[in-house]
Amino acid sequence: MNNLFVYLEIEDGVVADVSQELLTKGRSLAGQLDCKLEAIAAGSVADLEKIEGQVFPYGVDVLHLFKDDRLSPYTTLPHTSILTELFKKEQPQICLMGATIIGRDLGPRVSSLLGSGLTADCTSLEIGDHEDRKAGKTYKNLLYQIRPAFGGNIVAWIINPDCRPQMATVREGVMKKEIFDPYYKGETVEHNVADYVKEEDFVVSIIDRHIEKSKVNIKNSPIIVSGGYGVGSKENFQLLYQLADVLGAEVGASRAAVDAGFTEHERQVGQTGITVRPKVYIACGISGQIQHIAGMQDSSIIISINNDPNAPINSIADYVITGEIEKVIPKMIKYYKKNSK
Amino acid sequence: MAFNIIVLAKQVPDTRNVGKDAMKADGTVNRAALPAIFNPEDLNAMEQALDIKDRFPGSTITVLTMGPGRAAEILREGLFRGADDGVLLTDRAFAGADTLATSYALSMAIRKIGKFDIIISGRQAIDGDTAQVGPQVAEKLGVPQITYAENIEKIGNGKITVKRRLENGVEVVECPLPVVVTVNGSARACRPRNAKLLLKYKHAKTVTERQAENIDYIDIYSSRPYLNLTEWSVDDVEADKVQCGLSGSPTKVKKIENVVFQAKESRHLTDDDVDIEELMKELIDSHTIG
Ligand SMILES: Cc1cc2nc3c(=O)[nH]c(=O)nc-3n(C[C@H](O)[C@H](O)[C@H](O)COP(=O)(O)OP(=O)(O)OC[C@H]3O[C@@H](n4cnc5c(N)ncnc54)[C@H](O)[C@@H]3O)c2cc1C
Ligand SMILES: Cc1cc2nc3c(=O)[nH]c(=O)nc-3n(C[C@H](O)[C@H](O)[C@H](O)COP(=O)(O)OP(=O)(O)OC[C@H]3O[C@@H](n4cnc5c(N)ncnc54)[C@H](O)[C@@H]3O)c2cc1C
Repeated sequence: MNNLFVYLEIEDGVVADVSQELLTKGRSLAGQLDCKLEAIAAGSVADLEKIEGQVFPYGVDVLHLFKDDRLSPYTTLPHTSILTELFKKEQPQICLMGATIIGRDLGPRVSSLLGSGLTADCTSLEIGDHEDRKAGKTYKNLLYQIRPAFGGNIVAWIINPDCRPQMATVREGVMKKEIFDPYYKGETVEHNVADYVKEEDFVVSIIDRHIEKSKVNIKNSPIIVSGGYGVGSKENFQLLYQLADVLGAEVGASRAAVDAGFTEHERQVGQTGITVRPKVYIACGISGQIQHIAGMQDSSIIISINNDPNAPINSIADYVITGEIEKVIPKMIKYYKKNSK
Repeated sequence: MAFNIIVLAKQVPDTRNVGKDAMKADGTVNRAALPAIFNPEDLNAMEQALDIKDRFPGSTITVLTMGPGRAAEILREGLFRGADDGVLLTDRAFAGADTLATSYALSMAIRKIGKFDIIISGRQAIDGDTAQVGPQVAEKLGVPQITYAENIEKIGNGKITVKRRLENGVEVVECPLPVVVTVNGSARACRPRNAKLLLKYKHAKTVTERQAENIDYIDIYSSRPYLNLTEWSVDDVEADKVQCGLSGSPTKVKKIENVVFQAKESRHLTDDDVDIEELMKELIDSHTIG
């Protein structure tokens, strides 16, 4: 009872990164709260076949399985029924899910049914107390759900003092994913899906679906060469690909560069793109607006190349190169080649 | 065939262009310094509704907004683009609502509007940024939801077919009516205001607006009933006050902070060959790259 639950997203039998990131975060919060970490997997028999090995090493104590071929691909209503019915029995204190298209479709529906609060797109989750002076009440061990709002211009600390579960969604890449113990073994509970899901829950049918495996993997790249509007054109972006090529890096971009059509949306770094924390982030012609910085500020080393010495990004950069990218990048390529063996 | 459509639209501060003057010294946003606009994705929602009306003449569009008195601007904006009717839900008791309390209030107003086949909302508002209100309204009304919609492909025979935009692909789903559809920014842009409708609805006002202004052509509101914008309070929609506003909101804002980034001690370099070569050497020697 009163444990911490994570809803797992599963596509083709593979647990999504965001879910494993949440298990990692959930494990540490459960440790602080001295409660169990539980996970929910709902999908087709084939999808759930190899699930345990992708879940238990993250320190999951109880894995709830719901196997029914009609549960993959995801549709809203059956998954909603599973979560709400399970939560009525289990009374979790916290439920975490990805701020993905699935999580942002499912979370609000479940929270509305349970009358519990839901905080969207959290960038940080902490445990702490809260004193309600007006009501003269102190709450112990609440979940502080910290999230940007107002287009990223402010950060709000949100709490759900009275309603349970405290529900939050988190974007992919915001939390770190780390194996807790490769030999950790929790308990698996297989539920009878018919006890949870009604026939009417299957009213929405998927008549066509095209999913493309993403070709770019900037999230896991140790070096990112990222371009902004200042790169100027699609042709100039080739310079970034060349530098990335010699460094073994991936190419990222600001939203302005994506909007201008210099490169693909999948490469966008920032609040509405991907959150990255590489060893080296080379920002080329990026001014450094809040929404961009939100997605890369945790990079170990930041190099800014900008012709404006006062570009805001320079204040968080380790190295500031003042100059035109057209000039600087070819020199970087040249001197890298010259000095590396 | 004709359909009753309700479009949910929110008036939001334009957070996309927050300049320095829009932030107060204490780090909070000075809403007054930001222009109030029609939430961008709600315009995409509006276009989907107008498109159904084009395809099925006789269909009606009602724009519903919850907000302060000035949110009536949203209703006029909707009428200028082709909506038939507008409802402003406004009451002090709605203040401080989180998404759950907002959805409850909107769902009560929808019940009062009565018959509907499709409710179309934007995916997300650009101030709260949660994308939660659409699905929660659907749940409160007990109807299915289709989120992240890019196009309503077909509608008829009690069913709707919608194309959704997913992270790495698209999905086409079919669902019985009635339904809530939330529309993505990647959907078609909304058509501009129509000059004729602009003339027709220029003076459309809520009762509060009419009382506040000293309008000497007041009798036009009895001769042209379409100029009267509906305005409802908590009591009008028979909502339970406890479930509205702050008291109906399970989430509370504990505090708000300005976004500050840790400034670093930076090394400054020029674009001269020496500087760039030094840097590359240093990064290679420290095994940072290479
Ligand atoms: C709700 C919301 C979410 C957002 N989400 C994101 C997000 O996820 N990611 C994101 O990136 N943005 C996001 N944005 C947009 C963000 O506010 C900025 O508009 C965007 O990051 C600016 O991109 P930029 O730095 O490339 O362009 P600009 O601000 O135009 O900067 C271009 C820079 O290039 C420099 N420059 C010009 N020419 C050269 C040259 N030849 N050589 C070197 N330097 C040069 C200029 O000095 C300038 O500093 C979001 C905005 C909102 C409102
Ligand atoms: C800093 C801050 C953080 C917040 N964080 C949270 C949070 O994490 N969780 C939470 O529950 N609440 C939160 N809120 C409250 C939330 O912003 C309000 O409840 C708001 O009224 C609705 O949420 P939204 O703006 O996110 O709308 P969204 O859910 O993003 O809106 C989706 C769509 O619903 C429709 N819609 C939304 N509001 C209205 C309206 N008033 N009238 C008509 N149609 C509407 C529109 O079509 C819109 O496109 C926060 C508020 C602030 C100021």
